[in-house]
Amino acid sequence: MRRGTYTRGEFLGLGVAGAVILAGCGGGQGGSKGGGTTTLNALFMQQAAYSSDNVNSMTKAFEKQNPGIKVNPTFVAYEALHDKIITAAPAGSYDVVLMDVIWPAEFATKKIVAKTTGRIPPGERSKILGGALQAVSYKGNYYGFPWILDTKYFYYNEDMLRRAGIKRAPATWDEVVAAAKAVKSKGIIKYPLVWSWAQAEALICDYTQLLGAFGGRFFDGSGNPAFNTGGGLAALKFMKMTLDEGLTNPSSITSIEDDVRKVVSQGQAAMALNWTYMFALANDPKQSRVAGKIRIAHTPRGPGGAPGVNGSMGLAITRGSQNQDAAWRYIQFIASQKIQDRYAKLSLPVWKSSYDEKQVIDALPQVVPVAKKQLNNMILRPQVASYNDFSHELQVQIQLALKGKKSPEQALDDAARATASILKSS
Amino acid sequence: MGVVQTKEARPAVPRGSGPWRRLFSREGPTAVVLLLPSLIVVFGIIIYPLLKTLYTSFFAVDSAFPGHYPFVGLGNYAHVLRTGEFWDAVGHTAYFTVLTTFLEVFFGLLIGLLLNTDLKGRWLFRSIVILPWALPTIVNGAMWRWIFNADYGALNALLTQLHIISHYKAWLGDPWTALNMVAVADIWKNTPLAAFFILAALQTIPGDLYEAARVDGAGRLRSFFSITLPLLMPTIVIILVLRTMEAFKVFDIIYVMTGGGPANGTETVAYYTYVEAFSNQLFGEGAALAYIIAIFILFFAIIYMRMLQRGEVEY
Repeated sequence: MRRGTYTRGEFLGLGVAGAVILAGCGGGQGGSKGGGTTTLNALFMQQAAYSSDNVNSMTKAFEKQNPGIKVNPTFVAYEALHDKIITAAPAGSYDVVLMDVIWPAEFATKKIVAKTTGRIPPGERSKILGGALQAVSYKGNYYGFPWILDTKYFYYNEDMLRRAGIKRAPATWDEVVAAAKAVKSKGIIKYPLVWSWAQAEALICDYTQLLGAFGGRFFDGSGNPAFNTGGGLAALKFMKMTLDEGLTNPSSITSIEDDVRKVVSQGQAAMALNWTYMFALANDPKQSRVAGKIRIAHTPRGPGGAPGVNGSMGLAITRGSQNQDAAWRYIQFIASQKIQDRYAKLSLPVWKSSYDEKQVIDALPQVVPVAKKQLNNMILRPQVASYNDFSHELQVQIQLALKGKKSPEQALDDAARATASILKSS
Repeated sequence: MGVVQTKEARPAVPRGSGPWRRLFSREGPTAVVLLLPSLIVVFGIIIYPLLKTLYTSFFAVDSAFPGHYPFVGLGNYAHVLRTGEFWDAVGHTAYFTVLTTFLEVFFGLLIGLLLNTDLKGRWLFRSIVILPWALPTIVNGAMWRWIFNADYGALNALLTQLHIISHYKAWLGDPWTALNMVAVADIWKNTPLAAFFILAALQTIPGDLYEAARVDGAGRLRSFFSITLPLLMPTIVIILVLRTMEAFKVFDIIYVMTGGGPANGTETVAYYTYVEAFSNQLFGEGAALAYIIAIFILFFAIIYMRMLQRGEVEY
């Protein structure tokens, strides 16, 4: 019997064919155009604001109106969103990406997202709230279109405060401390305050809000770190004081916003800061033991005012996208006033006139009046290209101070030194 | 009495039939063609990334300036080795590795011995014991994060009901405690693997050895230390090799349970590498760190392989 039925040449041919097939398997571009249909890949986050079900419904409505365009939405946790965008950028895997307010500087500098200044006419810009536009702007240009407009509000359990003899929402941080002491001393709850102070971006959001209230700023006029003095230092000392006095729940140091929501919803905290989405969920009897008792208010005032941290987000088109026009059409559709007004209960619209629309006011009658004021008074986190590195350093140093491993002065001085070095090398 | 050898005898190779000579023989090209697809795959997914990472580690790769990557030689390595955060991460990793590996082997031994007895319903017990190992690490991490939750976690509820603690503790809220709690989650997941390796080895030990020992007057403890433990040593060394390497590059459970916090207290070398490379976009440094981890692991591997080579057991 012959040992083989193929000649050497045939074997070589088979080998080459196999290699070609293998190489072919690895190819495949996102956004392929087959049979006249454009396919868009879009990256969103899973939690808060619009849920994945909401985005899928919006997408279906868009596809119905645009039969030539198909959209594949992907959802990841907020904590994974930045890294996913960065790592997918060279391959051009996504056409549309959800971009947080802290990323335009980095994404624009690194040429990850496309400039959209020319696509937004000045007339349209004037219809959008300023804080929302900041989510997609860097150095006078726009990189996407605003989609989520948010800030951290002050939430309180009306029933607990009333039992402690407090009849109206605390308007200053001093009043918050007094209310917390009253709630604690009456034995209503052990830890009246809960915060998002885990080693995550959530911590910087809470710190920024306090830094603003205490009159601080991240950088001085020459671009040098300034958060280690004045209001920035006072904010950290305030945070530490509430922990030391037993007013803040020690679990705050491991909590992000959704943990805060759950603690409040379980009736284990009297006051907290959180995004808009908490109002509906904390007052939903299916998800909350204290439904109907949670109220929303303007963030308390400090010596520097009462700004809320800007937590807006925008939809951007990646520079590598082969379908930029289709991507823009999709963004324009899901960020349109009509769609945003319809989903106002989950995320307040970016459009100014929406706040006078009956549909929006009826969706959140208690939130809209507070939002109208708070959304005009917001503070931005630093817009630097190496924001993540900066944020990580600050998170660690703030936590070291909160755990008593360093004094607040030492921790912020160390963070300022590290920041200066990060800015110099970027 | 036979001899168990850990080294395999090399098959005899006829004189003058080395690999190069064989390549140029009549079957050589056919063999090459047959191997080509596997070679391409191996090169594509192992060799190329390894070489590319090594190359990247010598450059300051800054994604802010695409196409402009200055050569820095060993600069990335020097920078990493000078960074305090890196050495903190090495400390956490070393502690985590020693603690989890030792306890996983210890508990694995206890469970293996228990499963090797004539226990009633042994099959059911064996099936249950393997469950933690079958869980994906991400699910395991998420589960333990819930258990350790300070406000609504099961651990606080249990310890309070048993009057062991008087008020709820934030188990993941202190850097040192958090590192130990992550270790607990890892031990719970990986002990079954050690237990099953040990159980398999225990079942290969001939029963007549114990009988002979009993005749000679040896008690249970003496039999364990003179027969069981020495014969289990090669298996234990293999478990040590596997678990040390896994524990040294621990990432996913940290990512899910603590995100490296609080105050970087649970940041391991692999997690630090991830933060530097992907969150902070320092690809050159990330590549250097990946090679530093590889060197550490190689170091452990060499030590363990030496131990294995000396592991000839006679009985």
